[in-house]
Amino acid sequence: MTATEERPAAEIGASRRRKEDARLITGRTRWTDNIVLPGLQHIAMVRSPFAHARITSIDTEAAKASTGVVAVITGADIADEQGALPNAWAVIPDQKAPVHLSMAVDHVAFAGEIVAMVVARTAAEANDAADLVDVDYEELEPALELKAAARDEVIAHPDLGTNVSAVWSYDSAESGTGGDVEAAIAAARDGGIVIEQEFRQQRLIPAFMEPRSIVVDPTTEQMTVWSSTQVPHFVKIFIALVLGIPESKIRVIAPDVGGGFGGKLQFTPEEVLTVIAARRTGKPCKYTESRSESLMAAHHGRDQWQQLTLAANADGTVTGLKVELIADMGAYLGLVTSAIPLLGAFMYNGIYKFPAYHLGITNVFTNKTWTDAYRGAGRPEATYAIERLMDELAARVGVDALEIRERNWIKHEEFPFSTVSGLRYDSGNYEAATAKARELFGYDDLRAEQRKRRESGDPVQLGIGVSTFTEMCGLAPSRWLGSMGYVGGGWEHAAVRMLPTGKVEVVTGTSPHGQGHETAWSQLVADRLGVAFEDVEVLHGDTQVAVRGLDTYGSRSLAVGGMAVLAAADKVIEKAKPIAAQLLEANADDLDFSGGRYGVRGTDAGMTMAELAFAVFQGHKLDGSAEGCLDADATLDPDDFSFPHGTHLCAVEVDTETGASKIRSYVCVDDVGVVVNPMIVEGQVHGGLAQGIAQALYEEAVHDDSGTLVTGSFDQYTLPGAPDLPSFEAARTETPATTNQLGVKGVGEAGTIASTPAVVNAIVDALRPLGVTDVPMPCTPYRVWTAIQEGSRS
Amino acid sequence: MIPAAFEYFAPATVDEALGLLREHSDAKVLAGGQSLMPALRLRLAAPEVIVDIQKIDDLRGVRDDGDALVIGAMTPHSTVESDPLVAEHARLIALATATVGDPQIRHRGTFGGSLAHADPAADLPAVAVALEASFVIAGADGRRTVPAAEFFEGVFSTALGEDELLVEVRVPKYTGWGAHYEKFNRVAQGWSIVSVAAAVRLDGDSIAEARVGLGNMGPTPIRATAVEAALVGQPATADAVREAAARAADGTSPVTDINGDADYRRHLATVLTRRAVLAAAGTA
Ligand SMILES: Cc1cc2nc3c(=O)[nH]c(=O)nc-3n(C[C@H](O)[C@H](O)[C@H](O)COP(=O)(O)OP(=O)(O)OC[C@H]3O[C@@H](n4cnc5c(N)ncnc54)[C@H](O)[C@@H]3O)c2cc1C
Repeated sequence: MTATEERPAAEIGASRRRKEDARLITGRTRWTDNIVLPGLQHIAMVRSPFAHARITSIDTEAAKASTGVVAVITGADIADEQGALPNAWAVIPDQKAPVHLSMAVDHVAFAGEIVAMVVARTAAEANDAADLVDVDYEELEPALELKAAARDEVIAHPDLGTNVSAVWSYDSAESGTGGDVEAAIAAARDGGIVIEQEFRQQRLIPAFMEPRSIVVDPTTEQMTVWSSTQVPHFVKIFIALVLGIPESKIRVIAPDVGGGFGGKLQFTPEEVLTVIAARRTGKPCKYTESRSESLMAAHHGRDQWQQLTLAANADGTVTGLKVELIADMGAYLGLVTSAIPLLGAFMYNGIYKFPAYHLGITNVFTNKTWTDAYRGAGRPEATYAIERLMDELAARVGVDALEIRERNWIKHEEFPFSTVSGLRYDSGNYEAATAKARELFGYDDLRAEQRKRRESGDPVQLGIGVSTFTEMCGLAPSRWLGSMGYVGGGWEHAAVRMLPTGKVEVVTGTSPHGQGHETAWSQLVADRLGVAFEDVEVLHGDTQVAVRGLDTYGSRSLAVGGMAVLAAADKVIEKAKPIAAQLLEANADDLDFSGGRYGVRGTDAGMTMAELAFAVFQGHKLDGSAEGCLDADATLDPDDFSFPHGTHLCAVEVDTETGASKIRSYVCVDDVGVVVNPMIVEGQVHGGLAQGIAQALYEEAVHDDSGTLVTGSFDQYTLPGAPDLPSFEAARTETPATTNQLGVKGVGEAGTIASTPAVVNAIVDALRPLGVTDVPMPCTPYRVWTAIQEGSRS
Repeated sequence: MIPAAFEYFAPATVDEALGLLREHSDAKVLAGGQSLMPALRLRLAAPEVIVDIQKIDDLRGVRDDGDALVIGAMTPHSTVESDPLVAEHARLIALATATVGDPQIRHRGTFGGSLAHADPAADLPAVAVALEASFVIAGADGRRTVPAAEFFEGVFSTALGEDELLVEVRVPKYTGWGAHYEKFNRVAQGWSIVSVAAAVRLDGDSIAEARVGLGNMGPTPIRATAVEAALVGQPATADAVREAAARAADGTSPVTDINGDADYRRHLATVLTRRAVLAAAGTA
């Protein structure tokens, strides 16, 4: 019997070591590429080296004759079979999109697009034969530069006639959520402050550790698909829709998945083609991408130009913000490509009380790898823009960067607060998080050191970067998604099953790929049902086991999926009540549930959940008045978003002689609401910080003039390692969310969202006396040095 | 990716290896594989034959040979990095080697492989040039010795013939010299944007002799002779060294790439040279 009463502390709030760690860290687990099936065949893709071209001919003869080759398949071969890849979000009803084929037939629109595939007995033979596929291309001029593409100077898809996919706008005056921005700007030009600035969100590559891999086993009964994906449920539905296979005959399994960061929130050409290869040959097939293919062909992220106008009174009170965005879709629309800027659209006002707001978005095609979700998806872009602007405003007014924020932010007593972009922030305490961060950071001492270095003309200057943020998490109320043009919903599903031996099986529709749901969900259920943490098993990622679900992205899993688990557990407790009453021969009204046990009030009589589970399993004593089953399912659609927030402070030393920036210290205080497992939260924050800092300092996908990815290997695409990052100090405040029963908010993206502007603000702060007001990202030594040279000239 | 098919030999002696190289016209020597394997996997290189020289024990190790140190071509970076003879007589090599890649790469990659590969951004070529090392090359007609200044001919190109093997490198002893290796890169595991290798012998407070090598300032490593000459007889002070280091970029032709243009690299060369020389003098 599990001794619930002896458990010293509640599970929620305990830094439980993750159940997943041993197998993930040692690699003793099942990754898709480890899967070997009898008769398994291997696929190699032939990809276009050109960003934009017409395919004039493909000669497959030599490849077909190569050793071990089973089939060589071109786009023309499967033209009737391959269907078109879906985009799931129409930001406007008449959004333009090119037909997105899994395998090009006569036109390629980015370097890396698949033009043929080889199926062979071994991976080496497939690779050898792929080299022998002879494709003739007629090169076309590629549309590469985003602003020029927005002007339709070169057309990425000639048959579309334009590069503009959609134009979308939000205006607070029109929507009734605030005033008129143009009036605010006009007023500010007369005695106030107007800041006009342009920022570039460089193109990033999600760079998950495990390259994508797919195995398909086609039997007559079922098409079983293993895929390294964040979204097995999506993949199942889309295979059905695109390839016309009955949904009931498809099983998709996401085994352990080595990271995603949004990069595996996709339904991919490779998935479609592996299914086609397996279906055509009648044998299991595997495709595993190389790192080069992954960097080139898995979707990219960010890539926007942001044109901003901030209006303020002379004292630094912001009176209006106007944003014009151009967003690079790349060559095609993936699942939510077109909505990435939209997910940031409501966050440009950040934690502030802006009275007027206007935002315009232009979604544009280019001949580059398609973009889509990447950790933060829209919100890092918005946070970066406003937090950089707030620093510029502080400089203009001549007050401290924290002070300018305080003058504009929503005070804790003002929650719930309806924002100028139409959201309702339910809770928050920016004062508390900021005060704590300020103290942990030693803000005043660092400012003093900064002054000293400035005065002495030290070649190494110190900069202090401030960033505050909030984000909309817990994607998402289905009705909101519907109103924004998304085809799917945002609910989540869970099931809790009481096993005869007293163990508990939890099934979640979320699909973790490193987040530790097995641990956190176990903690939730252990507390709620009063069973031991070790007695809870969490199942996920297999559509035959977790039959309903909408998977993991958008910091949604705990706030939506976790709450569905709790709802299912609550139902189990409810269902157990009449059974307990019957077995204990008591009135249901006299029963109390506590510590995992139904007890008869005022007596020692009672039954634990384990005892009830066994009694239900036997059924011997049940009188049939209640259903003889404790298991329960729950589907939960969130009422609203949750709004984590935080204050991040970063000290950077900038070597003005070389332009090198070194982060000396980094303190963040995040408020992610109630914390289930502090260690997991800290891990998420650390990883998020690393990625956000990487955008500020290191990462950028660079293409040459012909559209070839220059940063096509980790040699060129610079990712930081542990030696490049400081030891983070991650602390928390805890203001519970009011939009879910536990008060949780979401933490997956927080670090990424807040850290990028903190770092760049620090660099600019260090160099402001040298005439520097901005450094484009990533702030490489070369760019910082160049900014210093230009600053000293101006 | 998977390399194209090749025939594989693992000879046990230098002579055997040389025989194989003569016999096969499209053969590549495999040392630690840290540059060759990526090239094979990306199919940037697809030789018909691989001659793996890992089994030739004679090529591994560091020995004292009178007024020179001799470092076997197959000595792994990790050995060089911690070798007591290197620490005593050619500390600059140990310092530079410690900055190569990461521990895994330094356990596999070799001293000779790195030099034979002749990547302009690599760390050891500039050191070899600065220290006036000489390269012992074995071929059909026996052994020949090539000075560092003549060994490096261009980007990935050296005095090594197709059927020759680099067997060892002789480095004059710099016992008692100060040394410093200044590597400027974006991340700890990254290649250098510019690097400067400096060794200095002091006579009292002034610089008696100096050796300065520049990495990634042109297709081949460059000896900053103007700086060396300007340093001799000068006090090891910030001002004097700054003045000498200002000549570091003389006669260089660095590339422009995503990490910086040629002007930036020239500027870096002067800053890093000043820092390297001062630091080297500080350890003398
Ligand atoms: C991720 C990564 C990071 C790295 N970072 C750095 C760095 O920061 N700085 C740096 O300097 N290097 C770096 N390297 C390269 C590393 O130093 C390698 O050790 C070196 O480039 C090649 O040595 P190797 O023994 O692995 O040679 P191999 O890769 O086996 O061979 C390289 C070339 O040299 C030829 N060759 C090798 N030995 C001989 C010989 N005895 N005679 C004739 N020809 C020979 C081969 O035929 C081949 O053409 C890095 C490598 C990697 C993979």
